[in-house]
Amino acid sequence: MLKILKYSFFDLVRSRWSYVYFLFYLLLSSVLLFLNNNISNAIITLLNVVIVLVPLIGTIFGVMYYYDSQEFTQLLLAQPIKRKSIFMGQFLGVATSLSLSVLLGLGIPFALYGLFQSNVIFDFLILIVVAVFLSFIFSALAFNIALSNTNKIKGFGYAILLWLFLAVIYDGAFLIALIYFQEYPLDKFTLIATLFNPIDLSRILILLKLDISALLGYTGAIFKDFFGTLFGSLVSFGVLVIWVVLPLWRMVRQAKRKDF
Amino acid sequence: MVEFNDIHKRFDNNDVLTGINLSIQKGRTTAILGPNGSGKTTLIKILLGMNHANKGEIFVDESNIKNNWSYRKYIDYLPQIANFPGNIKVKEIIAMIKDLRSQPTRDEELIEYFELTPYLNIKLSHLSGGYKQKVNLVLSLMFNSPFIILDEPTSGLDPVSLIKLKDLLKKEQANGKTILITSHIMSFVEEISDHISFILDGKVYFDGSIEELKSTTEETNFEYAIANLLKNHHA
Repeated sequence: MLKILKYSFFDLVRSRWSYVYFLFYLLLSSVLLFLNNNISNAIITLLNVVIVLVPLIGTIFGVMYYYDSQEFTQLLLAQPIKRKSIFMGQFLGVATSLSLSVLLGLGIPFALYGLFQSNVIFDFLILIVVAVFLSFIFSALAFNIALSNTNKIKGFGYAILLWLFLAVIYDGAFLIALIYFQEYPLDKFTLIATLFNPIDLSRILILLKLDISALLGYTGAIFKDFFGTLFGSLVSFGVLVIWVVLPLWRMVRQAKRKDF
Repeated sequence: MVEFNDIHKRFDNNDVLTGINLSIQKGRTTAILGPNGSGKTTLIKILLGMNHANKGEIFVDESNIKNNWSYRKYIDYLPQIANFPGNIKVKEIIAMIKDLRSQPTRDEELIEYFELTPYLNIKLSHLSGGYKQKVNLVLSLMFNSPFIILDEPTSGLDPVSLIKLKDLLKKEQANGKTILITSHIMSFVEEISDHISFILDGKVYFDGSIEELKSTTEETNFEYAIANLLKNHHA
């Protein structure tokens, strides 16, 4: 598996898109830092970008890489290598190269600006951790979609729909549900509904860490009550881990059954 | 060596294989023949674990290949259509497959044999069909495995390379290797195979030596004997 990971990783690191992605983050965070002149504010602005962009790029990149490397996959399948190793290797190649682009693109400007001397280093770390989680989650989901669809157009379509659903539609539906059922106690429901969407979960994790949950009003208080405790953090990280593991488990199962 | 027991395969609503029973003997060259779409490639892919049979079992050296991958270490497989990642060079792909399998290889000998040396630094997408097939041959034969599976090995090869391939395969036969081929070039099949398995409508329609085929069909020419099989079936 490590050899496949190595080839996928270097294949991606050499590709133009990884550089574009890296340079985008580099530029964005430098501009934000020098305009804001404040690390905390820059982190909050970045949060809004990262939470939407990382899932989008993760899904598109994952689907694109899978379809692009089908020929190589065919070649590998005839070799004495386990199917699980082939697909896990490719997935890890995509996920780590994406994470690396984010890490370096955000990390370099912040480090130069003096992140290590500031007291918000943990806030920044949580932003990075969330970005890495989202990269892994959405490339795993993308591999699932691509494996289940031989038709590329369909695969891309479902990938975009998935992103649209989790990044935009879910929140809308959630909000409508909250308004519609506002007579009822909704705190438990909101908490649980948040756990089912990795984007929402990541957003709340960062907002709470940044201590601006006051902006969230009543729900913010409940969230703070839940996520603010050690138990809450553990649960939310646990859920993020499940969001990585479940799609991967399905991916491996799918790969084992598929005819190539 | 290889035993196919009642292999069934269906793609959507298309029954490709409907009960293949076949045994491939060690040290012999077996040709799987059949009209287009008769399931030759599918059968090979099932043997390699790239496709899954809906029913039936395959034994390689008396062990069931289900949920097993290590038996592929002893198989050299030449796929029918050489689909390579286009953006890498010939020598890179050879190095990559060598690295992935980490088994002893004879790639240099084969590169020289198929005159690929001047093309080592060329990207695969810039190669002609015939040269791609040569790269394909080097990639699949370089591990010197005891069991060789060739799916349409002649496609795209010019007459000189075809003779070279035949000579190479004859050498491998002399070394006692087991070979399984599919081809539509009957003269090639006649020259190198000992045993013919003819697949029709998802079943083995004829299984025997070339001589047996000629005597059952009462034809002296191999190509006509095969055509006769098909004709009699449809009559």
